[in-house]
Amino acid sequence: MARRAEPPGHAHISLEVNGEPVEVSFPPHKTLLEVLREDLGLTGTKHGCELGECGTCTVLLDGQPVLSCLVLGVAAAGRKVKTVEGMARGPELHPLQRAFADLGAAQCGYCTPGILLAAEALLERNPRPTRQDIKEALAGNLCRCTGYIKIYEAVELAAAWMRGEDAAPPEESIYGRR
Amino acid sequence: MDGDRAVQVSTEVRQAVAADHPGREKRVVGRAHRKVDAVAKVTGQTRFADDLFLPRMLFAKLLRSPHPHARIVKIDTRKALELEGVKAVLTGEDLPIPFGILPVSQDEHALALDKVRFVGDPVAAVAAVSEEIATQALDLIEVEYEPLEPIASPEEAIAKPEPRIHDYGDRGNFHKLIHLEFGNVEQGFAEADLVVEDCYFYQGSTHLPMEQHAAVAEWSPQGKLTLWSSTQTPHYVHRALSKVLQLPPSRIRVIACPNGGGFGGKSDPFSHEIVAAKLAMVTGRPVKITLTREEVFYCHRGRHPTLMWVKAGVKRDGSVTALHFKSLLDGGAYGSYGVASTYYTGALQTVTYQVPRYKFQGARVFTNKPPCGPKRGHGTPQPRYALEIHLDKIAERLGMDPAELRLRHLVPPHSLTANYLRVGSMGLGECIRKVVEGSGWREKFRKLPYGRGVGLACSSYICGAGLPIYWNNLPQSGVQLKLDRGGGVTVYCGSTEIGQGSDSILAYVTAEVLGIDPFDIAVVTADTDLTPVDLGSYSSRVTLMTGNAAIQAAHKARDLLASAVAQKLDVPPSRLEFAGGRVFDVQDPERGVAFAEAVQLAEAAFGTICTVGSYTPPPAAGRYRGAGVGPSPAYSYSAAVAEVEVDPETGIVRVPTIWIAHDVGQCINPVTVIGQIEGSVYMGLGEALMEEMVYRANRNLVHKIPSMLEYKSPTTLEMCDVVTYLVEDPDPSGPFGAKEVGQGPLLPVPPAIANAVYDAVGVRIDEIPITPEKVLKALKAKAKGDAGRFGPISFPEIPWPDPIRVPPPWEGGDGTAVGDKGRGAGGMRERRTRAGDYAGGEARG
Repeated sequence: MARRAEPPGHAHISLEVNGEPVEVSFPPHKTLLEVLREDLGLTGTKHGCELGECGTCTVLLDGQPVLSCLVLGVAAAGRKVKTVEGMARGPELHPLQRAFADLGAAQCGYCTPGILLAAEALLERNPRPTRQDIKEALAGNLCRCTGYIKIYEAVELAAAWMRGEDAAPPEESIYGRR
Repeated sequence: MDGDRAVQVSTEVRQAVAADHPGREKRVVGRAHRKVDAVAKVTGQTRFADDLFLPRMLFAKLLRSPHPHARIVKIDTRKALELEGVKAVLTGEDLPIPFGILPVSQDEHALALDKVRFVGDPVAAVAAVSEEIATQALDLIEVEYEPLEPIASPEEAIAKPEPRIHDYGDRGNFHKLIHLEFGNVEQGFAEADLVVEDCYFYQGSTHLPMEQHAAVAEWSPQGKLTLWSSTQTPHYVHRALSKVLQLPPSRIRVIACPNGGGFGGKSDPFSHEIVAAKLAMVTGRPVKITLTREEVFYCHRGRHPTLMWVKAGVKRDGSVTALHFKSLLDGGAYGSYGVASTYYTGALQTVTYQVPRYKFQGARVFTNKPPCGPKRGHGTPQPRYALEIHLDKIAERLGMDPAELRLRHLVPPHSLTANYLRVGSMGLGECIRKVVEGSGWREKFRKLPYGRGVGLACSSYICGAGLPIYWNNLPQSGVQLKLDRGGGVTVYCGSTEIGQGSDSILAYVTAEVLGIDPFDIAVVTADTDLTPVDLGSYSSRVTLMTGNAAIQAAHKARDLLASAVAQKLDVPPSRLEFAGGRVFDVQDPERGVAFAEAVQLAEAAFGTICTVGSYTPPPAAGRYRGAGVGPSPAYSYSAAVAEVEVDPETGIVRVPTIWIAHDVGQCINPVTVIGQIEGSVYMGLGEALMEEMVYRANRNLVHKIPSMLEYKSPTTLEMCDVVTYLVEDPDPSGPFGAKEVGQGPLLPVPPAIANAVYDAVGVRIDEIPITPEKVLKALKAKAKGDAGRFGPISFPEIPWPDPIRVPPPWEGGDGTAVGDKGRGAGGMRERRTRAGDYAGGEARG
């Protein structure tokens, strides 16, 4: 297919997004967040401040969590970007997504995509994180709904599933302490 | 977007539930389920307002006032209009009709008409082909201001009746003055063995939802406006748009997108919503507006900073003989929900412990700061903070355990309070016992080493306001059901999903009644074209009201199906059971039909199966002016114990654990109930230790910290452990007995922490947030031999109106004020609309 004429002054880059090669052109001042949402239609990545303060726009860049509001789109050229849309494994949810859904770790769901990706990066490098490891890995992601506790529990549950364990959510997470 | 609704609850959760609750009568209610929107939220499919992109969409920006208080002399928009890419510019004259959430406070304009009242007040709006061009155009708008003297604080507002920030209100810069007396408190103080007086201050805080407010408007040349918005109250936005734009409601469609957090901050109709709509109308193109994080701080409507004075008389056994409470609220620049907020600072003091005589004086002032309004707990966390610390002080003076003191004097269930609130089920005693036992209270209280301590506090909250915000005799919530002949059911309701799970509640209760799986139910909500009115996600009203409406609609559908199936099976309808996706004879369960077949039989017999249900709260018992705020179909109860570590060198307070028990009546879904409790504890912890809205009084009253980095909120590293106990004391008014959980559990957290700080280091911090600086000041004062206390020391003189005197029920009162005889219920209600007795509150998320 013939490439469209680009508007003057636009940057044109190739990158990999959620495992697929993508080409995109955009004004060069745009952040990766804006390119994902506005030029690639991937609105699963959210924004809470666009100043690098809240963690909501976290995506994985070559496997590392970054704040997409602080990364220029052009800086993603030739690199691998993963967003929440790329987490599910075909028709199956990623274990983190499944655990977050089961335990109500997503309330309003707005911080959820960023937290899922930060958690995925954590489990990639540390399959058996302690509660403190999880707190430190997610300390840059604000959530105003959950008080973080269901998020910790979901990351722990998903980690167990990913290690191949036949884990179930603790009863106290579901019914409270007796 | 709805595909995920068919996804089944994961087997892990189901098995955990089944193993745990054998033989449970209810099949859906009370069990753990995924929320109906859970999968959409974890896969990025949920469309929030800013995720909408329409063809040819323009982007709008607001020019905001740099002055806290000024008259607008002149606005010149010509240069902005000349900028290439700018499609329209609006000023106040384009939208001259005022609006506001309460009928008595129609004091806002979409764009300032003649005056600006705080730094951040919207003055002009631009629509352009890109956000960048719209932002550039703002710089080209020339506004000439004539600065007026700003009013920075309640003290200034009291001292300076002029210049008036608004030309309405009870007097000068007082927006509202309230004076209510239920029985003779002076007599009560005379009968007391101990009278304790003190002042408290609760700082203002903001909701800080992760999603910034956004709206998209589209105008059809057919003459129809559609607005998508991150609002908790689409019905009220619908009304405000109709009023300001002078369009019939039938030509406006408001769709509330799922909110990325609300907490009360998206409960008012806002300038940006009206502006986006008007810009779409004048340009003929879709218009999006998304606020920046800084602008969200200006929208505010958060917790009112509140100064309080409490005087309580008690007998030696801790029983209260009289309570006198005064509150002074810093309202900011506009009315918002403020009249209701002010009443709420005096309403719920009576529903936890018995108070035989009660007097309340409340005042709200206007100041030149972003407007305050409803934040989670709406007007009640402030007095609860004061009251629960006050009781801790009283218990100590009486030599009683604070838990014991509370347990001895609980309000009895199914009783009427001094101010005519009708209490239903009341599980506070069980809540206290749970946290006392779970926390090891008896081994810790006054026994931990210096620097560590425990504190206890309790609270109660409404399950929906008894009266709607604008006077009407209509239901507060409506539900419509459509049964498909394939067995699917669609629930339509105006309620708004803000993360609290309101969409899921509709599916769970409908599934329970019809005996089907909640994930075979589609839920359509918050769309004024499609869904029956529900007033919105505020005042913790949604589960109780939409739940009851859905149950009613589902029962009507079940009756139709039962009648048709009964005929086919030749058994009386009363013998039919709906369960497991079947309708069958309870005496011979093998005889039955699948749910889908039952729908087909009914459809053949009666035509298309659609049913409706609605809910109207019971009338209030009080009939005095002011009786409209406080009544609720039911009250939830909470008790919390906080454990703290206080470093006497730095004053830093750490909270390792909070034990909390909440009487939710009946869990509809325990997982989401616990989620609301943990989220409430989190928000209470933030208010207790760090969150504050502060302004630079000496620098034009600009907001000191309008960013998420500088406005301190708890991260994972500050959040405490939470041990939750669910107490189920079903209330006859609730759906399956359910009460609220979204707001109530926030309330006991700040006072429990303050009481724990006292237990740890012996100083009283009667003002939140409890910062290291305040703790150190109190410790230093104590070391010098002064009172080890940080907090306000006096309450200003206020020109209170004469009291409205209402004899309590036990003094022969009937809820009417003295000298107000002959007011019939109808007349009362008419009068109430004038008196500003409005439902209020906010929501959870």
